[in-house]
Amino acid sequence: MTTVVRTASVTGVLAVTGFAAFCVSISVGELRVPLTDVVPAIFGAGDPAAQFVVGELRLPRALAAVLVGAAFGLSGAVFQSLARNPLASPDIIGISSGASAAAVFGIVVLGWSGNGLVLLSLLGALVTAALVYALAWKQGASSYRLVLVGVGVAAALAAVTSYLLTKAQIYDVQEAVVWLTGSLNGRLWSDVRPLGLAMLVLVPMVLLLTPSLRLLQLGDETATGLGLHVERARLLLVLVAVALAAGATAAAGPVAFVAFVSAPIARRLVSSPLAIVPAALVGAVLMLVADLVARELLGTVELPVGIVTGIVGAPYLLWLLARSNRIGSGG
Amino acid sequence: MTRTAQAHHTLAAEGLTLAYDKVEVTRDLSLEIPTGQVTCIVGANACGKSTLLRALARLLRPASGTVLLDGQRIQSLPTKEVATRLGILPQTPVAPEGITVADLVSRGRHPHQTWLRQWSDRDRSVVAEAMRVTGTLELAERPVDELSGGQRQRAWIAMALAQDTDLMLLDEPTTYLDLAHQIDVLDLLVDLNRRHGRTVVLVLHDLNQAARYSDHLVAMKAGAVVAAGPPAEVITEELVAEVFGLSCRVVVDEVSGTPLVLPIGRHHAAVPS
Amino acid sequence: MAVQTHRWRLAWLLVAVGVLVLVVLASVAVGTRSIPVGTVLDALVHPSATEDAHAVVRSLRVPRTVVGLLAGAALGLAGAVMQGVTRNPLADPGLLGVSAGASFALVLGISVLGLTGPVAYVWFAFAGAAVASVLVYGLGAIGSGGATPVKLALAGAAITAFLLSMTTAMLLLDQRTLDEYRFWSVGSVAGRDPDLIAQLGPFFAVGALLALAAGPVLNSLALGDDVARSLGRRIGLARVTAAVSVVLLVGAATALAGPIGFVGLTIPHVARAITGTDYRWVLPWSMVLAPMLLLGSDVIGRVVARPGELQVGIVTAVIGAPFFVMLVRQRRLAEL
Repeated sequence: MTTVVRTASVTGVLAVTGFAAFCVSISVGELRVPLTDVVPAIFGAGDPAAQFVVGELRLPRALAAVLVGAAFGLSGAVFQSLARNPLASPDIIGISSGASAAAVFGIVVLGWSGNGLVLLSLLGALVTAALVYALAWKQGASSYRLVLVGVGVAAALAAVTSYLLTKAQIYDVQEAVVWLTGSLNGRLWSDVRPLGLAMLVLVPMVLLLTPSLRLLQLGDETATGLGLHVERARLLLVLVAVALAAGATAAAGPVAFVAFVSAPIARRLVSSPLAIVPAALVGAVLMLVADLVARELLGTVELPVGIVTGIVGAPYLLWLLARSNRIGSGG
Repeated sequence: MTRTAQAHHTLAAEGLTLAYDKVEVTRDLSLEIPTGQVTCIVGANACGKSTLLRALARLLRPASGTVLLDGQRIQSLPTKEVATRLGILPQTPVAPEGITVADLVSRGRHPHQTWLRQWSDRDRSVVAEAMRVTGTLELAERPVDELSGGQRQRAWIAMALAQDTDLMLLDEPTTYLDLAHQIDVLDLLVDLNRRHGRTVVLVLHDLNQAARYSDHLVAMKAGAVVAAGPPAEVITEELVAEVFGLSCRVVVDEVSGTPLVLPIGRHHAAVPS
Repeated sequence: MAVQTHRWRLAWLLVAVGVLVLVVLASVAVGTRSIPVGTVLDALVHPSATEDAHAVVRSLRVPRTVVGLLAGAALGLAGAVMQGVTRNPLADPGLLGVSAGASFALVLGISVLGLTGPVAYVWFAFAGAAVASVLVYGLGAIGSGGATPVKLALAGAAITAFLLSMTTAMLLLDQRTLDEYRFWSVGSVAGRDPDLIAQLGPFFAVGALLALAAGPVLNSLALGDDVARSLGRRIGLARVTAAVSVVLLVGAATALAGPIGFVGLTIPHVARAITGTDYRWVLPWSMVLAPMLLLGSDVIGRVVARPGELQVGIVTAVIGAPFFVMLVRQRRLAEL
């Protein structure tokens, strides 16, 4: 089976799975909406109570899961390709730690929540990413330097976050930990809209930049030989990936494991070194399933989705790892 | 591979000074690559031949001097435009893990693709032909990192062929290949030159192969061109001694009529010299 | 500063040890409470049971200095071993799931089993670290090729994320545990019971010996599995030994001081920048540089926030990061 055929079929299967998960996610909850009523309820027909629950609560949350998961998946795929290291993920450029430090500061010191917090964490993420890029820049930002500087900056910010947590009141600490884990609790249309708009711009950009990424994978020399502006392409890709990760982190907290794990899963499913669209779909499916489990597992208490992505995503990655017969296959 | 028009692009270096990290490799080097011929660059290790090739392909920015593609400064041309006229196969190319041969070769089509015109029939046929002539068609779906050194090299050559450029620069393309495949590749490059008028520039480590296959031979030593011209003129016992530090006898190759270098080492010399 | 010959390298290493000794002395002499040097010396040599300052020096500063030394050396060594075995400059001792395992076991112990007290904490954390690493190693070894660097890294990351999620779940459901855990998780060398330190001593010792002995093997591994085998190295055995040493070192360090990141990841890079890629030198250099950073940070943490103090886990990263970034910018860090 050729790469193209395999990519197409995996994408198809993932899309169908995603849609199914989406519908189940909307159907399940305190008010059960039968699966057959889901689609009508989305479009404003059928039982008014179902319409409200679906339209105002479940739909935005499910959409948030899809958007956040896709954004993290895409961002992780781009970073791992650029860094040529399966351990890479958007946190390497300090996004998670920057957003976390800013958010925890907001919760613990300023007492903010809601939109103010979202903006603060977005700011934290972007400023940190810019700082890391600037510090790594020396006639170009080699992947290696970027990663190492990112590690240093992330460690410093994590220390600041820990410090804030030791100085805070326990209730604030709890709220902060929930944010730090990653949560879709109470996400409404006002949360989904900005991310949705951002993705409308960013996702096409990623798709347009995929050929450049394909060339960058062949090494800087071969890529230049094939007519690519290596530094420019890398900068654009980093910008887009950072924007995606920052937006997703601001919307749901640093559910970084999704970014880390979606691309390796997608690559193994497709058996190709580049699987951008599948990575986005894997991320979306992972978030949907995880959020569903997080909501329903303990009945009365809603767990933050970040807990479940780790618990669900990790075993699946390990299973794929164990199944793969290729020696040292690079994830 | 059929071509619709015979376009001839020219390549030359003028006063090129190349350096790595402040260490000068060549100084004020000028060289004209004869259009429509096969040129081989030879020399001892670290004489600057790979560096020169990379500079000619704009992979390396010169400290001073210029590289002229069709009479224009190569640095001033859009890089994608350059990639449609000139292709380079570097010495140790990097393949991402898990990439298939077909995928790798198809990436060579990038300079000919735009946002609007992504993957056409011509792209498909060029890729298929490139894989056919390099004998990699049956390896199409195999991952490159699972191939032998020789197979891998042929896959990379197929990618360079898929780029379908008038000027082809190859840095030691016969490394890792067994003799039969070495001759295959060199014969293929000569075909491209004779039938389609492509200008081929090769860095080769095997002096006798260079003598056989080149129309124009460039010998380098310590970053400077020591001799340039037809192999019969360039390859002399004095030149080999000067450039390679090797004493030898030069005879005429019975098979090809080109100069054949017979090295004289410390052993196996029938007549002590 | 490319040191070439053995004698030069040894000389420079001894200089580094000398600096470490100075840092150790500072750690004993400096603190949140200003105690004159003469009194410090007295406390060490002629201790008097009645002198308050002597008690501070002997029972507070000396133990924490020892903990800082041990934990620092352990983390530095373990980090270098991890990066050598995985051939990955991003490898961190936590990759084998050690910190995550320790945290998980600790939180499980506190919230579910109602554990209290440092003794219980330490052994539970150690056990958790060990079990997690065995799990990671085992899972990474499934499939062809054994525990290759990449598979190990991915298995480690997966298990770490899994355990982290479970840990967070327990913390969110139990506020009391969260309140205790947040202080442990920052990483601190203060207030550790000397008996405990002594009990963990053998683990540090064995781990360090295994690690230091692995220098030549790591050099061979750096050339690739095939070359290493042709040089007569037993790859599987080498990896297992390395993993065991890392678990012993990091398990003990985490059990004693809590999860301290950054040190294990970055100190080996600094060591390589100074001494090159020969692991027979990278390992001892890492072992000396890491406690320098850790103890130095602890001293600063004591001084900067008087009369309180900043935990070492925080200061290490905040101070170490700018230095590390500067280093990354200045030098082409040796790749491995």
